[in-house]
Amino acid sequence: MVAVSMTVNGKPVTADVNSRTLLVQYLRESLRLTGTHVGCDTSQCGACVVHVNGRAIKSCTFFAFQAEGANVLTIEGLATGDRLHPMQEAFRENHALQCGFCTPGMIMAAVDLVHRKGHDLDEHTIREELDGNLCRCTGYHNIVKAIAAGARAMSAGSTTQKAAE
Amino acid sequence: MSVTQIGAAVRRKEDQRFITGKGRYTADISRPGQSHAYFVRSPHAHAKIKRIDTAAAAALPGVLLVATGADLAAEKIGNLVCGWMIHSKDGSPMKMAPCPPLAVGKVCYVGEPLAVVIAETMIQARDAAEKVNVDYEVLPAVVDPVKAQTPDAAQIHEIAPRNTIYQWHLGDASAIETAFASAKHVTKLDFINNRLVPNSMEPRAAVAEYDSGTDTLTLWTTSQNPHVARLVLTAFIGIAPEHKLRVIAPDVGGGFGSKIYIYPEEITALWAARRLERPVKWVGDRSEAFVTDAHGRDHVTHAEMAFDADHKIVGLRVKTIANLGGYMSLFSSAVPTYLYATLLSGQYTIPTIYCEVDAVYTNTVPVDAYRGAGRPEATFVVERLVEVGAREMGIDPAELRRRNFIKAFPYQTAVVLTYDVGDYDASLKKAMELADYKGFAKRKKESARRGKLRGIGFSTYIEACGIAPSQAVGSLGGGVGGWESAEIRVNPTGSVEVLTGSHSHGQGHETTFAQLVSSRLGIPIENVSVIHGDTDKVQFGMGTYGSRSGAVGMSAIVKALDKVEAKAKKVASHLLEAAEGDIVFKDGKFTVAGTDKSIDWGGVVFNAYIAHKFSGQELEPGLKEGAFYDPINFTFPAGCHICEVEVDPETGETQIVSFTAVDDFGVVINPMIVEGQVHGGVAQGIGQALLEGAVYDNDGQLVTGSFMDYTMPRANVLPTLKVDTTMTKCPSNPLGIKGCGEAGAIAAPAAVINAITDAVGTESVAMPATSATVWAAIKQANPARAAE
Repeated sequence: MVAVSMTVNGKPVTADVNSRTLLVQYLRESLRLTGTHVGCDTSQCGACVVHVNGRAIKSCTFFAFQAEGANVLTIEGLATGDRLHPMQEAFRENHALQCGFCTPGMIMAAVDLVHRKGHDLDEHTIREELDGNLCRCTGYHNIVKAIAAGARAMSAGSTTQKAAE
Repeated sequence: MSVTQIGAAVRRKEDQRFITGKGRYTADISRPGQSHAYFVRSPHAHAKIKRIDTAAAAALPGVLLVATGADLAAEKIGNLVCGWMIHSKDGSPMKMAPCPPLAVGKVCYVGEPLAVVIAETMIQARDAAEKVNVDYEVLPAVVDPVKAQTPDAAQIHEIAPRNTIYQWHLGDASAIETAFASAKHVTKLDFINNRLVPNSMEPRAAVAEYDSGTDTLTLWTTSQNPHVARLVLTAFIGIAPEHKLRVIAPDVGGGFGSKIYIYPEEITALWAARRLERPVKWVGDRSEAFVTDAHGRDHVTHAEMAFDADHKIVGLRVKTIANLGGYMSLFSSAVPTYLYATLLSGQYTIPTIYCEVDAVYTNTVPVDAYRGAGRPEATFVVERLVEVGAREMGIDPAELRRRNFIKAFPYQTAVVLTYDVGDYDASLKKAMELADYKGFAKRKKESARRGKLRGIGFSTYIEACGIAPSQAVGSLGGGVGGWESAEIRVNPTGSVEVLTGSHSHGQGHETTFAQLVSSRLGIPIENVSVIHGDTDKVQFGMGTYGSRSGAVGMSAIVKALDKVEAKAKKVASHLLEAAEGDIVFKDGKFTVAGTDKSIDWGGVVFNAYIAHKFSGQELEPGLKEGAFYDPINFTFPAGCHICEVEVDPETGETQIVSFTAVDDFGVVINPMIVEGQVHGGVAQGIGQALLEGAVYDNDGQLVTGSFMDYTMPRANVLPTLKVDTTMTKCPSNPLGIKGCGEAGAIAAPAAVINAITDAVGTESVAMPATSATVWAAIKQANPARAAE
């Protein structure tokens, strides 16, 4: 067992966990933040993407103890109260989800993509950058549209969002 | 949001919880005091189980129970069955081998479960499972469906000599000889419809709980059809009486057919929950999904198409060997027979068709319906033959199709089905315009200048869905009905709950079904809730698969709405003191015809419940109506998909430069959702053609056992699609809907392979058409080029 302390969605949390516990298991089982999903066991599907210290990581390939002292942001922490994040809004507006299982990881990866590559993303860039996120329902067609729209929307009113991120 | 209309691209209500991480999938469910299950699975494809030693595992800390097939059998837990009877040509019934939920005596595929460990934590269960000691006597395995029927192949089940389950046929065996004898040209092809792993993003899971006070069981399960699961679990598996089991299929992350069936894990979890009097939770790994979720396709086919001097198709004969895997799964027998052979007429007038199908056992994961279920296989046969035939006879492939299109409806095919309506010319024409077919020659030259090979391929598909008229199902051997149910509950304050037997695992029913009700009753869509997936709430339903929720599920809602409207008018007639026949209901208002006396929906509904204005003798209070809708026919979506590819001759790498889909789905309720279904279906069809394929080695090991080796379509492989529709209204249901969920997966593979073979100049290329495969095909077609 090992003691871990971190901040998750702005709240400090502490626990004793089995050293084998993955971050995704800690989030889902100990903190009951079940929005982050497990879709594979080879680190490829991306359903588990969260942000650790502002960067997207795959929480299925990250031990809970590795997040010691870190700032963790999950899908549940993206909206500000009742106000959805522009990327969440863009996914709904563009029908970029069907079963919803890949969606939290997809949205978190998309937000990180905008942080890294800016607000004016072309189709080719988005498609290449989604290499680590699988979706079986949508064929990615509307996801690509949503990410481009969400990226543009993120450039408007950016100060309030960055506070949440 | 307000009152919505049919045909509007209403944004989805269910998205709110999915985009904020508040969905409730089965793995998200945690019950107080729950224990965790982990299954011990066979590492061998074919073996006798000599002994299972569970003592060491049972002794580990936290382990509550270790059980095997013998434990389940001792409590009379029944076997998994196939529910669709198919007879062979000689009249004998299909050879269905017993399939215990946990293996007893032998194992027949890698991944087959034979023991379960239940422990306090998942880590304890997994660790203990490694200590379960199984003494196997390994037997030779057979994985190839053709080899399975040879005399020296390993015999898997005693009941099925030569591993043959049935030898079925459809059509006229003697008329076909005549047709071929007089043919001017015959095109012959051999193909393999490659085995696929469905891989919905949510792996399967089950949470089972027992209440000893009421002797009732509750199961949360990743199911596309909770009521069917409940029926099978109670009537066939015998886990409990039907009224003592509640099944809940909450949010489910995709199904594509693989979550129709009832699997060993939920059976075992229920049994263990009652035994332990503790909830039992099982969440599958992706690795487990690969070796337990029913696989799809896996046909080996030889087919011949005969043409006359006018290039009209005069006959089609097909011989298919269908690999059903280690055991017969729930609908497995119907997929390569009644969901396949009956579609072999395609969009064409083919006077004579004869199809033989042998289904075989092999030491592989059981195969069952996967998006399209039999129709992708049929479309591939027909559309490849037509395209190759066109090339052989030197005719434009679009022109050959036009010459053979069915133009007069209804059309009785030579293979049971009667197509009701259609206009195949219209979708072909629209697709060719959208794909700029005319400009292809120029684009091909331009590609050649850059050293690339460019090709274009068609797939004019038709399919039968809106599954299904119950009498037809019964007469063909199916053990269930094909109807659907709906209950409309109007609350006193005017809001509506729609209880549907359909289940949404991505299809957006909470929006589209509410959209229908909103439009019909003239009430805002926010005031309509759709309830599905719980056997305690919805009395019975057949679930969602076979593109049926629009055609069948919504039709049940329409029937229930008819009854609601009729009753509401009766109430209104009392309130407005007019004759019932004079009441008009429009835009949420009840009006006495020819007057301005009216009362709105809210007023009528409230009065239905306070019942102050009418006698309970003549009219019952309340406003709640239900309906069961049994389709009168299958529906027949059809269309034209055109794929354009660019192939790099140096590497064999194929890029899809454009993909056009023009489909006739009849009336469309929500075009945004329909397009989404096309996108997803086409992605799976392209996946089959270019990327995916479950590969077994000769020992029966699944070589492609994870996402590392099984290539899933990713965003950078798929193009942006051009999607449009034509419309001939379906005459067999009230809304005129045909259904759209599977069309993309049905049509796309043939379009892709037709395009690649056009580009590289070969007759065939195997699926998946990976770079290596295409490069080898180029080499074979052009030995000189390959030498460069």
